[in-house]
Amino acid sequence: MRYAETGFNLEIDLSRGNIERVATDPRETELYLGGLGTNAKILWDRVPPEVEPFSPDNLLIFGTGLLCGTPATGANRTIVSTISPQTLLMAYSMMGGFWAPELKYAGYDKVIIRGKSPKLVYLWINNDKVEIRDASHLHGKGAGETAELILQELKEPKAQVAAIGLAGENRVYFASIEQGRSSASRGGIGAVMGDKGLKAIAVRGTKDINVARPAELMEFCNEVLKNIQVRAENPIEGVPPIIAGIGSPQEMAIFDEQWHTTNFAWGNARTRRKDFWTKEVEQKWRETQESVRERLISCYNCPMKCGATISVPGISTYMMKCYSKLTYTMAAYSDLDFGFKIAQRATEYGVDAFTAPQTMAFALELYEAGILTDQDVVGMPSDTEGRFFWLLDRIVRREGIGDILANGTYWAAQQIGKGAEEYAHNNIKKHEQLPLKLGMLNPIYFLMYSTGEKINITQIEGQFPQAPFPKREQREEFVKDWIQVPDEKFKQYFLDWDPRGEKSNPYYPTIEASCEIVDWQEKMHYIDDALGVCSGLSSFPLKPPYHIHNYPKFISSGAGIDIDEAGLSQAAKRDRTLIRAVNVRRGMRRSDEKPPEDHWKKRFPELEAKLLDEYYKFKGWNNQGIPTKESLQELDLDYVSEDFLQRGILTDNEDAPSKETSAETEKK
Amino acid sequence: MGEKKKKIVKTIKVDVDKCNGCRACELACSAFHATPKYSSNNPERSRIRVIRDPLRDIYVPVLAGEYTPAECMGRDKYTIDGKEYDECAFCRASCPSRDLFKEPDSGLPLKCDMCEDDPPLEEPMCVQWCLADALTYEEREEEVEEEEKMEDLEIGLESLANTYGLEKIMDAVARMSLSKKG
Repeated sequence: MRYAETGFNLEIDLSRGNIERVATDPRETELYLGGLGTNAKILWDRVPPEVEPFSPDNLLIFGTGLLCGTPATGANRTIVSTISPQTLLMAYSMMGGFWAPELKYAGYDKVIIRGKSPKLVYLWINNDKVEIRDASHLHGKGAGETAELILQELKEPKAQVAAIGLAGENRVYFASIEQGRSSASRGGIGAVMGDKGLKAIAVRGTKDINVARPAELMEFCNEVLKNIQVRAENPIEGVPPIIAGIGSPQEMAIFDEQWHTTNFAWGNARTRRKDFWTKEVEQKWRETQESVRERLISCYNCPMKCGATISVPGISTYMMKCYSKLTYTMAAYSDLDFGFKIAQRATEYGVDAFTAPQTMAFALELYEAGILTDQDVVGMPSDTEGRFFWLLDRIVRREGIGDILANGTYWAAQQIGKGAEEYAHNNIKKHEQLPLKLGMLNPIYFLMYSTGEKINITQIEGQFPQAPFPKREQREEFVKDWIQVPDEKFKQYFLDWDPRGEKSNPYYPTIEASCEIVDWQEKMHYIDDALGVCSGLSSFPLKPPYHIHNYPKFISSGAGIDIDEAGLSQAAKRDRTLIRAVNVRRGMRRSDEKPPEDHWKKRFPELEAKLLDEYYKFKGWNNQGIPTKESLQELDLDYVSEDFLQRGILTDNEDAPSKETSAETEKK
Repeated sequence: MGEKKKKIVKTIKVDVDKCNGCRACELACSAFHATPKYSSNNPERSRIRVIRDPLRDIYVPVLAGEYTPAECMGRDKYTIDGKEYDECAFCRASCPSRDLFKEPDSGLPLKCDMCEDDPPLEEPMCVQWCLADALTYEEREEEVEEEEKMEDLEIGLESLANTYGLEKIMDAVARMSLSKKG
């Protein structure tokens, strides 16, 4: 008997209309755990580097985490993986909500989509009955609207629907997949879904998920629930309210936005407004938020209330989570009222709430600079808010200038030319980053930005405070109950980290300590993404209920895989290395691994080079960031090293590449 | 007259305003009622379901009540605070009119048993797992007068007496016994 997982994947070939239920190998679960890990294995095995994102041979994988559907609190994530049309590398974006557990209860761990449907279709998975259904009547419909229409049509109010909006249908490079209160937004995976002619996947399941040692698992779950309550009553002192609790940032619950509005940059990731937050603003924003927020809501089996139902008079109700509340507002130098209104339309269209506003702000900068002219934007209103709505409408329809902007700032700048490249300044590996512009280089963040495979800082940071606490007493207080550290030395790193002086950024934490801190932080994300546990209860907030010490117990009692901390660390490292391998095989090299040039004012090229050198070594990669033969073998990834040798990515006698290529130089 | 007896009334109080729609209650319930206990998870087997319609802000946790072989003669449909609820949204019955509270394999009815267990749980599982406090548990003792239960025959006779008067009934009984003897 398989525990926690079902042991079956659903293979859908949209070109031929073929549907298969395929048994999976339990050894793969032991090696890669599930979720992102097994997704990566499938992409490695079946999508060779020549396959273009919009090829029928590209796969779109909806994977559930190993613990989804079990009582493990917050294990509800769907991990969607494919090759990104924007970065041309592996994209993995994740969503919470209710879809993954429902798929498990229907009897499947993953849905693997290949091919392309000639007509727009949707998939209806109802336990053992799986149908590809016509979706021509859903053409152009919003993502939320589509879900509603499908539920009515199927007369199955309990089904869960993941859908794309117009942006996905039109292959916008930052199109999302939306699912009620959640979305998988980054990397343009919605565009791949649209390219495959797949409008939605509806799923309904009424089967059992079994667990290996039930009583034990329940006991561990109760501990997590207890911890959540304790943390709710004891926010961390010395950090802004937005990061003092657990869950994803409690954007819907809190009103105090001083931290985001004064630390993050406005417009096209340009201006910090350190004096923005005043009593008047707080009052006004509070009123706005209270007037539109209907209810705080959760994902499946999680007590955190990170989302909300938003009902702005005159427009359809929608669900919002986290930071999309501010991204449009800040990109347009506007206010919260505008933010809530445009987010509704953007959610229906299905676009990434980081990239979309930044792309629109980028377009307006180009217009102000005269690089885009009146002829490029005929009909655009004169006010900024109006312009944002106008641009959004053009982008998702790929009309006029929208057709170019729909490719994101990197590709749009290449197409526009005339110096537009200077304005696409906030990208890593062609992907728009959070709008942060800071002063002094932070060695930990330098490494995370440069090397994170998700290419998104929130998916690698979390366990170690973002900045030193001013006073040593505060630090001493902080480390007292810091049980999540994998080793006591991390406490010392933090205790010694000063805001100024000898032991401060950029030379402290030391290179060695920085490597270890980064490794710990990203490890926790890879574990979450394999298990399907929300990072809001684990890798993202400080002092979370799930950590390296209790995770092995969940896996053992839930999935029946006996694993200890070392084994879990090894599995996470294997997953992480395999994703890197997919990207390396697609051409990613050291020259791609750098933060935006203007991310910090004060940069230290020599130190940065050393940091990267040492981190690569620490990870078992050569100086191009390619995992070495030895480290691959140690992770049971011999098949990767064989492939690398065959392709000349690694050579037999030394681990340096035979020739240097770069994803940056590869043209579409 | 009967004597006074103590009775424990168990109530799960439902505050729909506090429900965040996470369905942890369903998961916990299905786990508790699995055999062996906690060995499997399946909200479809749960004896509590959250009637959810997020875009209309509808969140109603409903506990499974009695099985009914036939649906009511008519249905009800409530509108509260401008929100229109589904037909029979608040009804707890496992009823042929809908697919709620039925075992997915056999179709047999499910009924909330307040997680009866030995030793007894402090609170039913759904309540324990509801950190939003939409579900809370209350136990109170009530003194009830233990009435002597009337037999079926007595109940029937009493209602006939109420309709026709006691004398007519006695006459009828007398006539019937005479004709039987005759």
